[in-house]
Amino acid sequence: MIGDSMRMVKLGLKSLMLHKLRSCLTTAGILFGVASVIAMLAVGEGASAETLKQYRDMGVTNVLLRSQKPEETQSSSSSSMMSTLSYGLFYQEADRIQNLLPQATVVRVREFLRPVMRGENWGQSMILGTEVNFLEVTNMKVHEGRWLTDLDLQRQANVCVLGERLSRMLFPLENPIGKTILVGIEDRFEVIGVLDYQGRAASPNGTTLDQCAFIPMSSSRRRFGDTVRNPLINRWEQVELHEIKVKLPSTEEVEGAAAVLEAMLARDEVHRSKKDTEVTVPLELLRKAEATERMFNLVLAVIASISLLVGGIGIMNVMLATVTERTREIGIRRALGAKKKHIVQQFLVEAGVLSALGGLVGVGLGVLVPYFIEHYFKQPTDIQAPHVVLAFGISAVVGVVFGLYPAWRAANMDPVEALRHE
Amino acid sequence: MSQPADRPIIAEFVDVHRHYVMGKNVVKALNGVSMQVKKGDYLAIMGRSGSGKSTMLNILGALDRPTTGEYRVGGRDVSGLDDNALSDVRGREIGFIFQSFNLIPQLTVLENLEVPLFYQGRVGKESRAKAEYLAERVGLGKRLEHRPLELSGGQQQRVAIARALMNDPLFLLADEATGNLDSNTEQEILNLFDDLRPDGVTIVVVTHNPKVAERADHTLWLKDGQVEKLVDNRLAGTAHGGHP
Ligand SMILES: Nc1ncnc2c1ncn2[C@@H]1O[C@H](COP(=O)(O)OP(=O)(O)O)[C@@H](O)[C@H]1O
Ligand SMILES: [Mg+2]
Repeated sequence: MIGDSMRMVKLGLKSLMLHKLRSCLTTAGILFGVASVIAMLAVGEGASAETLKQYRDMGVTNVLLRSQKPEETQSSSSSSMMSTLSYGLFYQEADRIQNLLPQATVVRVREFLRPVMRGENWGQSMILGTEVNFLEVTNMKVHEGRWLTDLDLQRQANVCVLGERLSRMLFPLENPIGKTILVGIEDRFEVIGVLDYQGRAASPNGTTLDQCAFIPMSSSRRRFGDTVRNPLINRWEQVELHEIKVKLPSTEEVEGAAAVLEAMLARDEVHRSKKDTEVTVPLELLRKAEATERMFNLVLAVIASISLLVGGIGIMNVMLATVTERTREIGIRRALGAKKKHIVQQFLVEAGVLSALGGLVGVGLGVLVPYFIEHYFKQPTDIQAPHVVLAFGISAVVGVVFGLYPAWRAANMDPVEALRHE
Repeated sequence: MSQPADRPIIAEFVDVHRHYVMGKNVVKALNGVSMQVKKGDYLAIMGRSGSGKSTMLNILGALDRPTTGEYRVGGRDVSGLDDNALSDVRGREIGFIFQSFNLIPQLTVLENLEVPLFYQGRVGKESRAKAEYLAERVGLGKRLEHRPLELSGGQQQRVAIARALMNDPLFLLADEATGNLDSNTEQEILNLFDDLRPDGVTIVVVTHNPKVAERADHTLWLKDGQVEKLVDNRLAGTAHGGHP
């Protein structure tokens, strides 16, 4: 049985070799179809995987309220450059949110840039002033030492927890726990803990959590105040909180909570007029991205179907020509005892081999293209084994489906007529 | 050479008609033919163009069915069989030899020889041994891996004869088997037929060439779709009309 199948495939190959160029050209239709499907899926998957991860990293049960600099109106920009720009979320608003959503975990975040130094090692770092719940809300783990405690906040203690990268930069050789670092020009903080590597963003500006230092909210207010000079626009900005993170117990509650928060901000006269706050719902973004991905995949599936259809028609065309050319051979085989099913098998195998060869080379090309895209365009790509198997499988099926009619025609020739052909 | 009188009948026409309907006309290509082929026979079928030779060959070869009448192969009436069953009759009982050799060009000699057995699901070590034996038998033992186009016409027809013998058929059915060959090669092929006969091979040749026909034991003459006469070629010059 296996021997017979091998024989049929071998025969198919031999017959295809009768017209090498024609077979190659026909194969090309399937080849490019399969290759483009695999490559497009890999690129799409790579791009969306990145986006989806970003949103997941924000926390799917979280709602994020961020302060944003209001758009400058004509009058405000013409006013003195030296005046302080005041905007954003207020410290008290976190308490109000907690009252509105008692089931939620609410955590305040202040962000500012400061040089940090330890001996010879120093760098500009993002300092996050925050609260105890931050660890839980961002789902991080302490690698060594401990996280901030309520006592640290009450005492406005000069303690800090370092992100993994920052820790390695400041303490390439020593154990950082218990050591002191200099933040800004004069403030010394004791390192009480180091976090696990996170590999995700801390804020929309792209800084990762691993590059941050975390200090008690209260210490941050006391040491650094609420007014910060924004070096980009050379202007003082007063922002009490940069972000309030609200973690809900489950994803089902996210939508309702987001609505409550939006309504709260909309009711607020100041925020409404300044447009200085923004609500981000990672779950919503994630769902939108997933919907986009599904749409992308659907479009891709349509393109793939069309290209494989075109390839299939090419195969059908060539198989019809082959059947006509080899009418004599069909007659001989019938005279030598071939049944209709044998003839059908023979031409189906031939069509299948033709398109499977195209599929095989197409898989090779489809795997190479994303590799080059990743290498030369620094675009993440993701080749998934099921996609490759699927694309190859479809190519083989296309051959068989589009080979059916020509094979049927071949099998139903009258043997006498077929033998008389030419 | 003398044959035992009680040789079995291996192919038999019983009042076979084959009518072609062409619009309003009916062409009676065969119009009541009865005849027998016994084991070991060497029969030539002759007749003018249009006398029904090809039609008879098609039915003898189980490529076509009689309109009415019986065609018995090995004692079994096959005239009512469906396409599948007829394919089996061709594959098991009949060895075809064609005018234009009809080897499959993309296959080697060995592979061509194995084709009939492939459709019987009998390809394997034995089929290879048999192909080697028969290739040797027709004088082409060294050519098994050659393609047909690398062989001369005479050699190709030898391969075709070997292929016709692969399934141990009840009889060989040759359609103008030497029509594409020069007269020397024609003689070689006819000599090969003679060589095969002591093995018990039965041969039916359809031809319009008297030189070919006279090498057979009998010649069956067709005229207008009917048997005109059956001539015993071994009784030189003496013709016997009518049915055997
Ligand atoms: N397929 C066919 N359709 C119609 N008429 C046919 C067909 N085949 C043969 N005939 C007719 O049957 C008669 C016998 O033809 P054929 O058997 O080919 O004779 P031969 O081979 O002796 O020349 C002829 O009159 C021919 O025209
Ligand atoms: Mg004829």
